[in-house]
Amino acid sequence: MEIKIPELSLVVLIGASGSGKSSFAKKHFKETEVLSSDYCRALVSDDENNQKATDDAFDVLNYIAAKRLKNGLLTVIDATNVQKASRNSLVALARKFHCLPVAIVLDLPESVCAERNKNRTDRNLGNHVIRNQRLDLKRSVKKLKLEGFRHIFHFKSEEEINALSNINRDKLYTNKKEETGPFDIIGDVHGCYDELVLLLQKLDYQLDQVEYDNKQFGIQVTPPAGRKAIFLGDLVDRGPASPQVLKLAMSMVNTDSALCVPGNHDVKLYKYLIGKKVQIKHGLQETIEQLATETDEFKREVKEFIYNLRSHYVLDGGKLVVAHAGLIEEMQGRGSGAVRSFCLYGETTGEIDEFGLPVRYNWAKEYRGAAKVIYGHTPVPEAEWFNRTIDIDTGCVFGGKLTALRYPEEELVAIDAKEVYCEPVRPLHVNPLKENSELSSQQLYDDLLNIEDVTGKRIVQTRLRNNITIREENSIAALEVMSRFAINPKWLMYLPPTMSPCGTSTLPDYLEYPEQALNYYRKRGVKNVICEEKHMGSRAVLVVCKDEETALKCFGIEGEGIGICYTRTGRNFFNDAELEKAFLERVSYCLSETGFWKEHNTDWVCLDTELMPWSAKAQALIKDQYASVGAAATVVLPAVNKALEAAKNRGIKDIDAVMQKFTGKEGMMAKYVKAYRQYCWPVKTLLDFKLAPFHILATEGAVYTDKNHLWHMETIAKICQGDPDLFTATPYKLVDFDAEDSVKEAINWWEELTAKGGEGMVVKPLDFITYGKEGILQPAVKCRGKEYLRIIYGPDYDLPENIERLKNRGLSRKRSMAIREFALGVESLERFVKKEPLRRIHESVFGVLALESEVVDPRL
Amino acid sequence: MLLNITTTHYPATDLGYLLHKHPDRFQSVSLAVGKVHIFYPECTEEKATVSILLDIDSVDMVKKAKVKGNEGFALGHYVNDRPYVVSSIMSVALSKAFSSAMNGKCKDKPELIDQKLPIEVEIPTLPAPAGGETLIRNLFEPLGYDVEVERHQLDEKFKEWGDSKYYSVVLKNMVTVKDLLSHLYVLIPALDNDKHYFVSEDEVEKLLKRGEGWLHAHPKKDNITRRYLLNLKSLTREAFSRINEEEGNAESEDEEVNAELKKKKETLHQKRLNLVVEKLLETPAARILDLGCGEGKLIKLLMKHNQFSEIHGMDVSYRELIKAKQNLHFDELAPRLQEKLNLFQGSLTYRDQRLAGFDAAAVVEVIEHMDLNRLKAFERVLFEFAKPNVVVLTTPNKEYNAMFEGMSDDAMRHDDHRFEWTREEFKNWVEKIAENYAYSFEIFPVGDEEVNVGAPSQMVVFKNGN
Repeated sequence: MEIKIPELSLVVLIGASGSGKSSFAKKHFKETEVLSSDYCRALVSDDENNQKATDDAFDVLNYIAAKRLKNGLLTVIDATNVQKASRNSLVALARKFHCLPVAIVLDLPESVCAERNKNRTDRNLGNHVIRNQRLDLKRSVKKLKLEGFRHIFHFKSEEEINALSNINRDKLYTNKKEETGPFDIIGDVHGCYDELVLLLQKLDYQLDQVEYDNKQFGIQVTPPAGRKAIFLGDLVDRGPASPQVLKLAMSMVNTDSALCVPGNHDVKLYKYLIGKKVQIKHGLQETIEQLATETDEFKREVKEFIYNLRSHYVLDGGKLVVAHAGLIEEMQGRGSGAVRSFCLYGETTGEIDEFGLPVRYNWAKEYRGAAKVIYGHTPVPEAEWFNRTIDIDTGCVFGGKLTALRYPEEELVAIDAKEVYCEPVRPLHVNPLKENSELSSQQLYDDLLNIEDVTGKRIVQTRLRNNITIREENSIAALEVMSRFAINPKWLMYLPPTMSPCGTSTLPDYLEYPEQALNYYRKRGVKNVICEEKHMGSRAVLVVCKDEETALKCFGIEGEGIGICYTRTGRNFFNDAELEKAFLERVSYCLSETGFWKEHNTDWVCLDTELMPWSAKAQALIKDQYASVGAAATVVLPAVNKALEAAKNRGIKDIDAVMQKFTGKEGMMAKYVKAYRQYCWPVKTLLDFKLAPFHILATEGAVYTDKNHLWHMETIAKICQGDPDLFTATPYKLVDFDAEDSVKEAINWWEELTAKGGEGMVVKPLDFITYGKEGILQPAVKCRGKEYLRIIYGPDYDLPENIERLKNRGLSRKRSMAIREFALGVESLERFVKKEPLRRIHESVFGVLALESEVVDPRL
Repeated sequence: MLLNITTTHYPATDLGYLLHKHPDRFQSVSLAVGKVHIFYPECTEEKATVSILLDIDSVDMVKKAKVKGNEGFALGHYVNDRPYVVSSIMSVALSKAFSSAMNGKCKDKPELIDQKLPIEVEIPTLPAPAGGETLIRNLFEPLGYDVEVERHQLDEKFKEWGDSKYYSVVLKNMVTVKDLLSHLYVLIPALDNDKHYFVSEDEVEKLLKRGEGWLHAHPKKDNITRRYLLNLKSLTREAFSRINEEEGNAESEDEEVNAELKKKKETLHQKRLNLVVEKLLETPAARILDLGCGEGKLIKLLMKHNQFSEIHGMDVSYRELIKAKQNLHFDELAPRLQEKLNLFQGSLTYRDQRLAGFDAAAVVEVIEHMDLNRLKAFERVLFEFAKPNVVVLTTPNKEYNAMFEGMSDDAMRHDDHRFEWTREEFKNWVEKIAENYAYSFEIFPVGDEEVNVGAPSQMVVFKNGN
């Protein structure tokens, strides 16, 4: 014999001591699925039979059961459960987590139980105990259904128990995770047959008349290859042709070309059809009249159709949920009266609005689930995404339009209503789910981030590198910096990753040399790389809009100008607001003039750039550290050498080595001063700045990590031509590892650049994102010039005794950081262009900042 | 890096005996991070000069500093002025190279020990970052030194960068060598307020020993002691400093004025906190939230009143919270008091469930540390979501800045202030908040009011409901 239980249920074993519950559980369930009261007694008191520990034991048991059910796991309670009170609390627990309580009664004769008890060495209950338990059980059995158990299995003998070979687990009806689509999800139709037909045709569904039967009702719908429609319910009422709509939908469902979830109107029609008393209001009257001419047979079909509709569906591996009125995360894929009610009616606040309609509680405001939820029920003027949910009921029957969402494309397709079939009580342009504002619901909501999304240990899922862990101490540091110094988070769609230097050179005089930079990629099977000159300024990320209107529309930012220029830690680059405004306007103007907006079909862009001079942003650092060292050394070294000279002239011995060293230092110091000076010039006006963009990161709907670096360089060169006074195109060299000449050329080029005082170069694989055997490769490695390194490692770093020791440097941590930050950076951009909730973008950006607080040698 | 001591005492060659260093030899002594070389560029009976040259191994120094618990060495510190200046490392070198002389021993010519000699000390690069020439003079002149000072510019190519913190100094005096070395030993680190590397724990005793006989009578004795010991603060910096691009804040050279201003600010702050407590006591509030609690000064006052059954302090800076925990002796508090107190990190620009349901919130000198465009987020966090019944909030009154001497018109009272409001601006903001979030309000001056400019700080008490 086999029995069936739902895959997510709370199985309550009921039986007296000695009835074999534990053996039963062991036979039919996984060890971790079974929670035994005896075991819990032992956990809290070291004694399975300690009755004094019962209360504590059940606390533990309930706690674990709650966690399991929350996580969607079947759970078996192995306790006597013969009393109503103990069962009641278990039924309540099942209800709380919207899963089904199942009772399995092991109703064995007293003699069997007593016999088994006698044989136990560890416990010997008196026979009266078992007798009482059996009495309780007898009283209970008939009432189990009333107590709320949905499935009850009653075993009356050992034979029956032994005959049970298997307990099958039924998938929940709502679970259609294996259906991955693609789908065309259609909002509330309300009897608008003509619009539905047009919409299906627009979506490339083919409609044909066929002979009438009880499967297709005279209409056959053929979806485009592989696609399937989903009706979000409320097929009927108010509109002119509810029966036709039903026929079409039923035909599609019957032929497996559509899924359908019920709406409140559909359910009310069902109640009417089965003869329950319902109020003939809100458009039901029309439906009844239209059905009057239909056959009884058809009405029976309708009854059956609606009866069999499941409250909601979980689709596409759990990534998609459809329900008429939406569904909160805790209820997804669960079955209970509460779940069904939520799916049909949503939540209301209990208040009544100015139009006399119940005020809907916008559950989507708090929605943070992983699945996207597509729903209808509440007519809105425009369908818009909000916290990964979207209401696509655009009030067709009220003269709005009938909207479909193509999934996974997330494209909206709509047909305007031919007429106003029903005068809405609330004017259609009023969105009951949203405050009156220029901003979208999402933008309004995103005005404020939630601290829970950034504090503590965090795990960020990224497309490029799966899970990235942010440790708590790092998020602590990042929270302070983010809160105190960062710009408006709505602008902050990206923070640049750190960049690792190339491996340490084996040449005696060099710490870094191009060979190692190129070899990093060559050894990992990359064929082509690009070498870009490394500018010595400050990293700046620019977000620039065409105009302030775009800032409002695309970023939800008002009154903060047309963009922002920020540093690698998310701070405003400019301290001078006027200068910033002029700078951004000039950049925006240049983008307009060079046709960038049009060419890329966008009104904004995010650029990764270097902004020079170095001294503009790093003034304090240069003065306090670099120039100070230069000033002190320039004064003292001649004095030292003078003193040494005098002593030598006095005939002091053993002084030569020291003299030589300090004379050398004087020369190095001159080179050092020269090195930092090259990157400094005074900034008095806008044109004292030089802007060198090197990545076009994102525009409306696009992230350009799929374009190779040559594309970036060429596209940027075009922009630079529009304003050569402000923009600087970055010189680059392409290297093909199959052509040794190009390798040599790149090395020579680096020699030239650095001899002229350049910082060095950055070597990148030609493709923005490149994989090797070890996974994703460094997006770039830098190779810095000999002289530039003086300001990093100290003026006399290249003294043989120094460089020898400095060469002993480890890069692995820096490299791991660079890759993690790169993955997070790309992730945040992708989330931004997909218009995900700000918290999802902020989480990634915050992660980059947090990782930056990890300890790593800053000279790398 | 270099310090020259010259004497014209006759015979000047006595200097060799006093220092226990032979004038005709080049001698080196090992230090923790390199060597010190001692040699005589000149040595005749008329005049003798001894050079003390530090030969610091910069690579080693950086490594050792890291080992000493300063993991978060910011990049700037790798390029370091220490090898090129006369700093605490010179003090260590002096005591190592001339330990006998410093301890007043001279085997061969003991009669020289207490003899005052004409001495000239030349220091080409003496850093005096906070104090400058005035401090150099104030420290040496009371000891009888004739002081010549020349300040160096940062970079001749960038004159607009101004002067550096380095001075070439010549000190002349009639002084015993033992005293001279003691003076240098103590005063050099006191001048330099940069981090003091490689110090041992018995620094206080060293100061007492080297200052014996002169420090107690020095008019700047407190200043010297404070600065000498202040600079011993450990090198620990937290992860914060690595991502906090420091913008640097040049300290005023006129330390005295600074100190007075600081003191004024301290007393004002105390007054302000007392007033906050007073206002809170006028309400029935029991569960209090101190937003931006810093190192816990307000919490300390609140703890004294039984009316406040729970005190929750929030700050965005974890370091401040650790300080607060120490200042409040949290770990030693009786369990009941410990339960009353809760400190946590949070930010006023993020919505935070933990802030809901309080009777009152204090927001003392906090909002001016937020960018104006982030203030909107703060308003919603506090007034829309946290919604305490009472909010007591203070911020500086910009008009009062006119009373601070030497403050320019557009300057702010603190480097990190993003704005300061006049009384009018404050009132406008308060009215807007009251209207938007249905609070009633009363505004109070904090500190003594002056004609035309009002009080130094301003306070509003918001109450939920109109």
